[in-house]
Amino acid sequence: MTNHFNVHHKADTVGVITVEGIEAGQELTGWIMETDETVVLKALDPIPIGHKIALGDIRSGDTILKYGHDVGKAVADVGKGHHVHVHNMKTKRW
Amino acid sequence: MVDKSKLSFQGYRRENGRVGIRNHVIILPLDDLSNAASEAVANNIKGCLAIPHAYGRLQFGADLDLHFRTLIGTGCNPNVAAVIVIGIEPGWTKRVVDGIAATGKPVEGFAIEQHGDISTIARASYRAKQFLQDATEKLREECAIDELWVSTKCGESDTTSGLGSCPTVGNLYDKLDPMGITSCFGETSEITGAEHVCAGRAINEEVGKKFLATWQAYMDEVIEPHKTSDLSESQPTKGNIEGGLTTIEEKAFGNLEKIGKTVKYIDVLEPAEAPSKGPGMYFMDTSSAAAECVTLQAAAGFAVHLFPTGQGNVIGNPIEPVIKLSANPRTVRTMGEHIDLDVSGILRREMTLDEAGDALIDVMIRTCNGRLTAAEALGHREFVLTKLYRSA
Repeated sequence: MTNHFNVHHKADTVGVITVEGIEAGQELTGWIMETDETVVLKALDPIPIGHKIALGDIRSGDTILKYGHDVGKAVADVGKGHHVHVHNMKTKRW
Repeated sequence: MVDKSKLSFQGYRRENGRVGIRNHVIILPLDDLSNAASEAVANNIKGCLAIPHAYGRLQFGADLDLHFRTLIGTGCNPNVAAVIVIGIEPGWTKRVVDGIAATGKPVEGFAIEQHGDISTIARASYRAKQFLQDATEKLREECAIDELWVSTKCGESDTTSGLGSCPTVGNLYDKLDPMGITSCFGETSEITGAEHVCAGRAINEEVGKKFLATWQAYMDEVIEPHKTSDLSESQPTKGNIEGGLTTIEEKAFGNLEKIGKTVKYIDVLEPAEAPSKGPGMYFMDTSSAAAECVTLQAAAGFAVHLFPTGQGNVIGNPIEPVIKLSANPRTVRTMGEHIDLDVSGILRREMTLDEAGDALIDVMIRTCNGRLTAAEALGHREFVLTKLYRSA
């Protein structure tokens, strides 16, 4: 079975697309590496390989978790299954 | 499968006991003015390697100290058999020669003033020929894994670096640190966002505080006075962003995957400072620019380098072989000639981290035994000195 995205840590709020050519509307299978669990999720944007997908609804201002750690904040509301990147996420450092 | 119980490699034992994996005779310019003569000598004597660079004039204070430490350290690296130093004048040239001579390896300096380029090139070429012929007689011998010094730095990272290639290096370190290797990671700016997690990976509280002080000094002395609005597009870089990395924090946690899950670093080094506390892992205060960082690590004496890349950084180093690994299937497909180890199977759930780590140990040992890296075969010899501030 094709694996479409990976999640580092059970607590993470984003996953990483690991295949090329993901289209909006595609049903995805993902792998939570920490717990070795399989999860499914529908992509709502075309998302390039290596880019992040929201695992649940994220509100503007929410801390985004990856590796189980704070890696920045949302600067716009992001619905589950949407692309997370510089257009809706920013560092808290600079 | 790698039998880790009897890991060894074929290396060159130097006069001071250190072991190298290459046998270079280098022509080392003291300063920018001496690049032309150095390259002419390397052109005359086939098999010598000139290492041109941009600096060495009117530097002072800590910046000058770092210049000397980097040049002397490059000459002292055990991958180097012998050194010709060429400088514009004899004083500083001798300082580099004397520093390298402490290892016991053959080294001789030549100054251009009062001779001119042509005579200097001729005299240096005679000596370089002798050094090269002598070096080619040196035989490799079997060396235990605990004689190997291994550095790491990642570049053009993307999210696949944190998922695959960086933890593969971490897996290698988790396996080989208990066997007594000496290792190094750096990239002070790129730990930002994970600095407290990194501090917690120190062997004790004192070393952790030393790391945090180094990180804070970088923030206070470099970032704060020079930043404009923010560092987006520098950290992370445009390439990082194209690869899906959004913030410095996200990049930092991916970066830190390189030091594995169990290894504790035992000391914090100045740029280009050689480790002095014996086997173990060291953090070095370096830039996160690839060529600057690897140049500093090579100058500290590291013999082989592990370089995870996401989007495909093509870096090499003149004296320290740079082994590249990538977990990004697009990078492996579109620029495979730069990649020594493909670990994209981790992303497809076809390869475990343990298998990837063993595969990297195998490639590293073969490289140590003499197999050229992709960067060596492609002629990548980036040698970039770190400059702390403007010259006088």
